[in-house]
Amino acid sequence: MKVRISTPLRSYTNAAVVDAEGATLDELIRDLDRRYPGIRFRFVDEQGRLRQHMKIFVGMEMTRDLSTELDPAVEVSVMQALSGG
Amino acid sequence: MTLLIGTRKGVFVLSPDAERSTWELSDPMFLGHVAQHVMLDPRDGRRMLAAMRTGHLGPTVFVSDDLGTSWREASKPPAFHSGERLARSVDAVFWLTPGLADEPGVWWAGCSPQGLFRSADGGDTWAPVDGWNDHPMWETWAEWPDQNTPDGSMLHSINIDPRDSNHMYLGLSAGGVFESADGGADWHPLNAGCQVVFGPDLYPEFGHDPHCMRLHPLQPDRIYQQNHCGIYRMDRADARWVRVGENMPEAVGDIGFPVELHPRDPDTIWVFPMDGTDVWPRTSPDGKPAVYRSRDAGDSWTRCDSGLPPRAWMTVKRQAMTTDAADSVGVYFGTTNGDVWASIDEGDTWRRIAEHLPEIYSLEWASPA
Repeated sequence: MKVRISTPLRSYTNAAVVDAEGATLDELIRDLDRRYPGIRFRFVDEQGRLRQHMKIFVGMEMTRDLSTELDPAVEVSVMQALSGG
Repeated sequence: MTLLIGTRKGVFVLSPDAERSTWELSDPMFLGHVAQHVMLDPRDGRRMLAAMRTGHLGPTVFVSDDLGTSWREASKPPAFHSGERLARSVDAVFWLTPGLADEPGVWWAGCSPQGLFRSADGGDTWAPVDGWNDHPMWETWAEWPDQNTPDGSMLHSINIDPRDSNHMYLGLSAGGVFESADGGADWHPLNAGCQVVFGPDLYPEFGHDPHCMRLHPLQPDRIYQQNHCGIYRMDRADARWVRVGENMPEAVGDIGFPVELHPRDPDTIWVFPMDGTDVWPRTSPDGKPAVYRSRDAGDSWTRCDSGLPPRAWMTVKRQAMTTDAADSVGVYFGTTNGDVWASIDEGDTWRRIAEHLPEIYSLEWASPA
């Protein structure tokens, strides 16, 4: 399925849209990490929690629940809230 | 030689000519990333580590073997054990300390929250130091779960005794100074004589706020700390901190972040006093920036402000002061308003060697191979 990657994480993927597989969001992110080593820890902490400023959209729905089940036809977007200054 | 600059917006390298008179600033590396601490491995003069995060992304460590021309990320950055009882996660890698010369590849990292991590492979993979992170007293000693320091409570000032790699010290802001005699398996507080003015007990066993602690490599039983509550020296056999900051001028006080050592003279130190009155502006006292130098281990102090602006509101953070190893020691500090100041005569005269950088978090002198 298609995963849209926002700019802060593109140093890992070198692409705005990549392919990854998983029945749940957690599985999808683990597959992303297999394909792009290190990417998961930048937005999911060691206790499996999505980091504070991260937002994930499944289609148009935002979720922080990594057990969310996925439809392969629906694109996932890994985004960031504004932070910094 | 070169100066490695960690800033809130990336990494810079500042390199001098042979006379240390002309300085060349690199382009930014990791522009926009928070670079908390950048260090060159003094054992090989090649391996460089950078403790990084961004406003969005989690903490990590980057490694370079070509002075920053190319970088690769640690394959296993510092992280607590998954599923651990306290469910801690590293928010920032704050402090880096290389191991001793007879332990090539060993690095230590202090983090926020106040965890300690060790790498045995030059910073590529990191493991939690269970003796500290899971110490039965950790939840009492560390600031947890509440963290009172604005950017998170941090573990810093990891000092290794050059005679014995099992003998270590670390500092907690806040929490105090702690010592281990067994390579980090067990720890005890080492705060006798050190004051706490922000609690009901002036001399508690722990709960202090060391801002920066340095052990002198040539006299490892001599330790200095710039604390939230003054400048202190300990001769380890005494096991008691002496407030040598009481010898500072009263109008200047003895509050600050960094303390820096002379590479060859354990009695010479430099500090950068800041205003710790009222609501703690943390800028130069009365807007008159100065470095203070002691040649007698803190018993007396000399004001060193020649060349510094007569009126300025500087803040120098705990990792943002460093010294080189030249015959006439160079002393350098970086400010939160992005300037780097240098003295190549041990503090007597100062000049600005870089300006308009992002907020400077760390400054480390390095001697590339």
